[in-house]
Amino acid sequence: MTPNLLLAAIMLINFMLVASSRVSKCIQLAAIQGGLLALLLLVMHDHWPFHVLLMAFSTVAIKGVVIPAMLNRAQDRMKPQREPDPYVGYTLTLVMAAAGTGLAFILARRLPLQAGNLGTLFVPASIMALFTGFLLLTTRKRALLQVVGYLVLENGVYLFSLLLVKQMPLLVETGVLLDLVVGIFVMGIVINHIQTAFDSQDTHRLAHLKD
Amino acid sequence: MILALIYMPLIAAAIVWFMKPGLHRARVLPVAGVLHLALVLVALTRSSHLQPDAWFRLDALGGWMLLVVSTIFTLCSLYAPAYLALRMERNFGVFGVAMLGFLGMASLVATSRHPGVLWVGMEATALSTTPLLYYNKNKRSLEATWKYLLICSVGMALALLGTFFVAYAAQQGGLGEPIYIDRLVANAGAMPTPWLKAGFVLLLVGYGTKMGLAPMHTWKPDAYGETPGIVGTILAGGVTTMAFLSLLRFFSIMAAAGLGLFCRELLVGMGLLSMAWAFVFMIRQGDLRRLLAYSSVEHMGILAFGVGIGGKATLFALFHVAANALVKSVLFLGSGNIVRSFSSKSLADVSGAMRRLPVSGWCFLLGFLAIVGSPPFAPFTSIFGIASTALGGGHLMAGSLFLALLAAIFTAMGSVILPVLQGNPNPASVRTHYEDTFGLTAPLVLALALALILGTWLPGPLQSLLARAALLVEGQP
Repeated sequence: MTPNLLLAAIMLINFMLVASSRVSKCIQLAAIQGGLLALLLLVMHDHWPFHVLLMAFSTVAIKGVVIPAMLNRAQDRMKPQREPDPYVGYTLTLVMAAAGTGLAFILARRLPLQAGNLGTLFVPASIMALFTGFLLLTTRKRALLQVVGYLVLENGVYLFSLLLVKQMPLLVETGVLLDLVVGIFVMGIVINHIQTAFDSQDTHRLAHLKD
Repeated sequence: MILALIYMPLIAAAIVWFMKPGLHRARVLPVAGVLHLALVLVALTRSSHLQPDAWFRLDALGGWMLLVVSTIFTLCSLYAPAYLALRMERNFGVFGVAMLGFLGMASLVATSRHPGVLWVGMEATALSTTPLLYYNKNKRSLEATWKYLLICSVGMALALLGTFFVAYAAQQGGLGEPIYIDRLVANAGAMPTPWLKAGFVLLLVGYGTKMGLAPMHTWKPDAYGETPGIVGTILAGGVTTMAFLSLLRFFSIMAAAGLGLFCRELLVGMGLLSMAWAFVFMIRQGDLRRLLAYSSVEHMGILAFGVGIGGKATLFALFHVAANALVKSVLFLGSGNIVRSFSSKSLADVSGAMRRLPVSGWCFLLGFLAIVGSPPFAPFTSIFGIASTALGGGHLMAGSLFLALLAAIFTAMGSVILPVLQGNPNPASVRTHYEDTFGLTAPLVLALALALILGTWLPGPLQSLLARAALLVEGQP
């Protein structure tokens, strides 16, 4: 089982995320992606020292379980409501994601890989996840979906950091702080009054401030 | 000694947290601010003998930036007790802890030698300032806080990826942990340039978001518009300064790797774009604080432009960090006093502020003149220096654009601000019971005096500190 197979699966999930409109399904997809990231980390190493196991476990725990659970709870606490249409239609965002993927491959070709990782898709997959996350952040109206977008963007950063994991494990660990931010986002939505103050978590209504 | 810079504010924050609610919590801030400033000065004089393999160190560049931030914080902390006394209904715990937490994290950023620790510090400054943004607890400040968090977090994610790119380049250059910035600078020649280039672009976008360079500045007008003046000062003089420092750390690696030209072009472009963008939104701007936010975008552009021109302009850009931060604190704190008195920040409601609030009004007028580059204030020195370096160094096109934009911004800002200050207050306008008091105006006068002194005379030790900092930016050990 090569890392490339997993990387392709992660890219596929990104496409599914862009195409799906239901929040609960998006959360589920993001959770699966988190699990795949941990699997990828394990596949990359021939033997598993303690710190690799710890990192894989914490990846599954945070990205695959805790954050999706938080998002689901937030989703349940919202009043049921009509899905607002996104700023940009699903078909168009799918086309944009495809174009972004092409771009990611072109960019990745210009960045030379180290001997140990030649022929792997880490760099294009990372750039593509970054692009997809950015798409979700900018084209979706619902606060929760924007958080899922941020999660995907952050997974792109994580994917690239796997190239450093053998030599600079400490530096890679800093990425955990990004997860903390996601947690803060979700708490913000829940505690906060993005619900009570606006009676819906449609961030589109957060548009009083304009020039 | 160096670690004390980081721990001291955090201990002060813990003290505030465990104190009984009440105004005495606010009095911890000035004590901590003055103490921190003293520590920075002592650390700067003794920075010659350092352990070479420490994770934290105060070099000339970090020292200069931390000196600026510590000064700004002290000015704010002197203002804080008088300001918070006006808002007795509030619990000051969160405010005090967030302010001091920011100071501790700024020290962490300034002293860290490792790019990963640097990033962690920047992220922590973002999170520690978030509660300050939501201080007014209303719909609009919630919206501003959400925007700030979301946009800055995306920026920080990109900055982390850029940091990883540089680390991967170092890995290919045969460098292992700990990848201290000075080690990266020393070994920059062996790293593959495509990774460094891509990394710098990501870092410029990422840390540029936190600085508020256009077009990633969109959080700024809202954040500055909806927060108290004191928080605006911390953001415009503190957070942005630290983001600029983070960018310069990486710039020094690029310069040492021979990519100076590539990065300089990007910085000049970003700088001019920010200034132009700020100008467009300043024209007929109807809101005092948003006007100041665009002024902040403009001055971040000036910083980027200065480093982009290079040579002597780098030194002037570093000087401008202090000049801009000092004058911005006058403007933000002054605008706070004016807005409180008129109970509105909409320019339609505010006029004749100099009659009603003589001290704040005068300070604001002089601050406005200073920020657009009138002599003899500090910003004039740096803006003039950057412009003359650009024109003298053969950057005719960029230099002329720079000057044209400065002139345009002068008129745009003036036409908005002068009606606010002059004339008689409109009899129909609201007059709240807030008046100028010593506690609310002394910090303004002090900041203005400092900007005036720096504009006319730079002490010798600071001159040598700046010169050494500029060498570090250029990638020379």
